[in-house]
Amino acid sequence: MKYAFWPGCVSKGACPELYDSMILTSAKLGIELEEMYDGNCTGAGVISEHEPELADVLNARNFAIAQKMGLDLVNICSTCQGVQSMVQEKLDRDEEHRAKINAQLAEEGLEYKPGLVIKNFMWVLVEDYGLDKLKEKVVRQLDGLRCGPFYGCYILRPSRILGMEEHPERDNYLEQIIEAVGATAVDYEGKDKCCGFPILTNNRKNSLTQAGTHIASAKDQGADCLVTPCPLCHLNLDAQQPSAAEVIQRELGVPIIHLPQLLGLAIGIDPKLLRMNRHVVGTQAVLDKVLATVEA
Amino acid sequence: MKVNLNVKRFDPESDGSTRFQQYDIDMPENSTVLDALIHVREYVDATLALRCSCRSAICGSCAMRVDHRARLACKTKVTDIVSDEGQEITIEPMGNMPVIKDLITDMEVHWSKVRQVVPYLRPTGPPPEREYIVSNEAMLDVAGAVNCIQCGACVSDCPVLEIDKSFIAPAALAKAYRFTGDPRDGTKKERLEMLSNVEGGIWDCTRCNMCVEVCPKDVRPMDRIMQLREQAVAAGVKTNTGVRHGTSFANSVRRLGRLDEMRLFPESVGMFAVPRLLKELPGAFRMLWSKRLMMWTHAIPFAHKPIPGIKHVRRIYDQARSEKKEHSK
Repeated sequence: MKYAFWPGCVSKGACPELYDSMILTSAKLGIELEEMYDGNCTGAGVISEHEPELADVLNARNFAIAQKMGLDLVNICSTCQGVQSMVQEKLDRDEEHRAKINAQLAEEGLEYKPGLVIKNFMWVLVEDYGLDKLKEKVVRQLDGLRCGPFYGCYILRPSRILGMEEHPERDNYLEQIIEAVGATAVDYEGKDKCCGFPILTNNRKNSLTQAGTHIASAKDQGADCLVTPCPLCHLNLDAQQPSAAEVIQRELGVPIIHLPQLLGLAIGIDPKLLRMNRHVVGTQAVLDKVLATVEA
Repeated sequence: MKVNLNVKRFDPESDGSTRFQQYDIDMPENSTVLDALIHVREYVDATLALRCSCRSAICGSCAMRVDHRARLACKTKVTDIVSDEGQEITIEPMGNMPVIKDLITDMEVHWSKVRQVVPYLRPTGPPPEREYIVSNEAMLDVAGAVNCIQCGACVSDCPVLEIDKSFIAPAALAKAYRFTGDPRDGTKKERLEMLSNVEGGIWDCTRCNMCVEVCPKDVRPMDRIMQLREQAVAAGVKTNTGVRHGTSFANSVRRLGRLDEMRLFPESVGMFAVPRLLKELPGAFRMLWSKRLMMWTHAIPFAHKPIPGIKHVRRIYDQARSEKKEHSK
């Protein structure tokens, strides 16, 4: 099992704990990753707002790099997945457009041919790896840990381009994974809503009200932590949580766990190596629940 | 087949509280949710209030929340929602607007926003001798937005509107695009400036795709909002954080091949927006401290190394931009 690994900008920038935990967790699960060191940012939907054509070429470049490696592409970011699926749908559907984009890649010796498999790590786990195999790897049942799933918009919507017809349960995979490692999935109002991150610079109050409201709704349903496959959501939910708490005037203190960290804990990786001590909102309460304490 | 509806009820003339009521009925296999609700009203409980008319997804009257999502009840088959016979279907009125009775909402929230975007053509200059001629291509571009039937589904489920009542919301913004995209309108720049600078304007959309998901007519309101942003940038509306954010983002990727988060923030709010920057300082320190050495390179501006193929990324940029320039000439 081997993939072309697109880590995204945030795991190599503001969320290094995601990158580290992904590398360790995949290795222990037996998923081989070949990193796309020369890949470029997907544009996160921001570049396409102003320069849609440019965003298409940038993404096609990544696809062609993965194809040159001869591997399916795996990403660890809901936003990357959404942008990649959106561009891919356009390229695969429209031959003329594809030719135009490919013309710009030719100079680098790259070409995108339709049909590349692009999967978020969450999809890989359920569809390629299998939950039964995952369960076999669990050495530390996360019994009693109550996790609120937080998907991130772009891995859920628009569903028509995200393979939901072929895989109708993709909007439920986080819950399935949480249960597979022995934890309890908590249902709450905000799980499929927006974390607010995209408008943090433009409208801080709205952005943080959204983050705060969703965290609070999970907390009210008894969640010990939130689990997310999206590092951009993580930025707003974790790094901005103290500010969000101020904005909505509520005490929050809910740890936000990256998906590979949750798996890493379950398959027995040292929490310190998973960088559980490198969050803005401390994760000790989570660790206390699932294992012996780790030094902060 | 057995259909089990769980309907949210509200009667303003009673004590004003809401409750859920269960209706178990027998319906043909191919029934829509609206068929089932009409059956309840006609044969089971005449007090149930709902709004509907055409039953063909044309009039937009019967939008309501079915299984926690805004949908047209007439366009939703019972079997679209439940896989097993007798499984419960939750029916609620639309969100983000006051309920008049049961499944009927007061859509004034929506209409007031439609009025806000000035929903009619404003040609400038002398009128043509005969009719205004518009190219097919230009009309096709706005046709998607014209398809809107004003059902309010996207207004109901918009997460931004949930927390900020000033947000113009997807339907009215799609309507706005119908006019900024129409070559007959002479007030494009004025419209885009208003939509950019007004409270709750185009830059407050979080791009969550909820409206795209729930729209029964494939208007894709969010895509129209993104087109409005593109138009605003092209029209030179530059005073806005949203515009600067986009510019900073794109420049970062051109420089490094990837995003430089540490520069994105100050460049977006403006290097001289000192009070706003100071407000973010504790957060920035909090983050650097919690991630400690892992992020130290980020604290130093310009410390990011570009990706190996950066020259190709830059070439792609320059090519795309020069093509765009050619095109706009």
